[in-house]
Amino acid sequence: MIELKNLTKVYGKGSKQATALSALSLSIKKGEIFGVIGHSGAGKSTLIRCINLLERPTQGEVWVDGVELTALRKHQLQVQRRKIGMIFQHFNLLSSATVYNNIAFPLRLAGTEGAEIERKVKELLFLVGLEEHWNKYPAELSGGQKQRVGIARALASDPDVLLCDEATSALDPQTTDSILRLLMDINTKFNLTIVLITHEMHVIQSICDRVAVIHGGGIVEQGEVAQVFLKPKHEVTKEFIRSETQSEGPLREAIDAVHTGYTQAVKITFLGHKTYESTLSQVVQGTGVHFAILHGTISTIKDVPYGQLIVRFEGPADAVQVTLTELTAQGLDVEVIS
Amino acid sequence: MGGLDFSGINWDEMLDATIATLKMIAISGIFTIILGLPLGIVLYLWGKSNNVIIRAVYSVLSFIVNILRSVPFIILMVALIPLSKSIMGTSIGVLGTIPALVIGAAPFFARLVETALREVDRGIIEAAQGMGASTGQIVMRVLLPEARPGLLAGVTITIVTLVSYTAMSGMIGGGGLGDLAIRYGYYRYEKEVMIIAVALMVILVQLLQMAGDRLVRHFTRK
Repeated sequence: MIELKNLTKVYGKGSKQATALSALSLSIKKGEIFGVIGHSGAGKSTLIRCINLLERPTQGEVWVDGVELTALRKHQLQVQRRKIGMIFQHFNLLSSATVYNNIAFPLRLAGTEGAEIERKVKELLFLVGLEEHWNKYPAELSGGQKQRVGIARALASDPDVLLCDEATSALDPQTTDSILRLLMDINTKFNLTIVLITHEMHVIQSICDRVAVIHGGGIVEQGEVAQVFLKPKHEVTKEFIRSETQSEGPLREAIDAVHTGYTQAVKITFLGHKTYESTLSQVVQGTGVHFAILHGTISTIKDVPYGQLIVRFEGPADAVQVTLTELTAQGLDVEVIS
Repeated sequence: MGGLDFSGINWDEMLDATIATLKMIAISGIFTIILGLPLGIVLYLWGKSNNVIIRAVYSVLSFIVNILRSVPFIILMVALIPLSKSIMGTSIGVLGTIPALVIGAAPFFARLVETALREVDRGIIEAAQGMGASTGQIVMRVLLPEARPGLLAGVTITIVTLVSYTAMSGMIGGGGLGDLAIRYGYYRYEKEVMIIAVALMVILVQLLQMAGDRLVRHFTRK
């Protein structure tokens, strides 16, 4: 659906040059919600703005739905851009236009006829739950409502792709969740491909199918959210996840605490229906192995439940090893720490 | 000198002068907007272009606008007498002063337009670009509506400035209240006429400013 090939973006000239993206390639499938996470200055904003060429890459190609946008002339690009909706951190609504007229705006740009505009806008007002507010101006709306207008406006021209530029970063946690839910609904309803950038792991975890971690203008890690989230490889990814889940210090102390006999600390990850099963206690039963739970999390990735336990096993060395092997055989992910 | 005696004032003449002033302001105001608005839009668009040639053209245009703005109006007016003659057929009276008023006020208004447009949030323009808007659509459907309060404030300031320009035009034989004030008050020491003429201009400016402020408030949505 979206192919970014060797994108390089350099700002400025001469000694003031700054590279925002360096030979970055990325492939996004139709109908998926793809997240890009990175710190500010990592290049994620430049990346998403390159997809509809609000920012023109210095080098490289941008393909959306089989069309190479980077090769288009100005007018052809304007036509193609109608198939790419975009929402923004600061909403970017027309302050001089009502909710209704903001949503109608892209349709009027495209020269859609009046009756069709009315039908479409009403449908979208209903979709985002703003029927009652159609005649208000953006200044009279809350942040969440403004973003709903932004979403309705972005969907007005029936796009194939929706770009979300830090769309929830200016919103409070509850509103963020309601907007994320709305994005997920429209993703399923219209099979719309969504690309979002964020600096919050929570956003990725809530709605994304796949994620790419951007750092220093390049992708350092990418894959299914569950895989990247539960088994991060790159230091930057780990940092994002750590800030989201646990406090390292006290946990380290618990693992290193003085104890007699053979011990082994492991991180056990449960995914999907395994999360709710009693696999751990079944496996240790009768092995003579005991365990202490040092840390535990339970949450969901998109709508898939997962749990993570940090456990210290105590007992005969061989019995502990057998237990670990059996846990793996039961479909749990076991990672030895200490 | 003694006290003031308003009994000798020719009110018919005063009324004619008031109408003449209003006419000059209305006609020159309309032409100032017709010329200044596109000029301001062009200044805005070219001023942020990345194209080297367009930037150069912008610098030249900007320079010309600055020159027109820095020449004192009284001098501009005298310098433009031949031009007024060739356009309007006369350099005096209501019609004769219109070219000078427009050329004096349009660059000023164009700068106000440029400034008002620069106030429009960049994000909104980008959003429109992202939706496939052409430059023309961005000007008509984004920039002008979004900048409307600023533009109306600019129109108000420009028209108030035109009131004082029309007064100055009395010096070179333009009509209106300014002419009356100068002819009677300055040349003939009939200060009563001058006082009334000036008072009328003060009232006119007040009314214009109030109307302008109301319009700006009405269209402000932030």
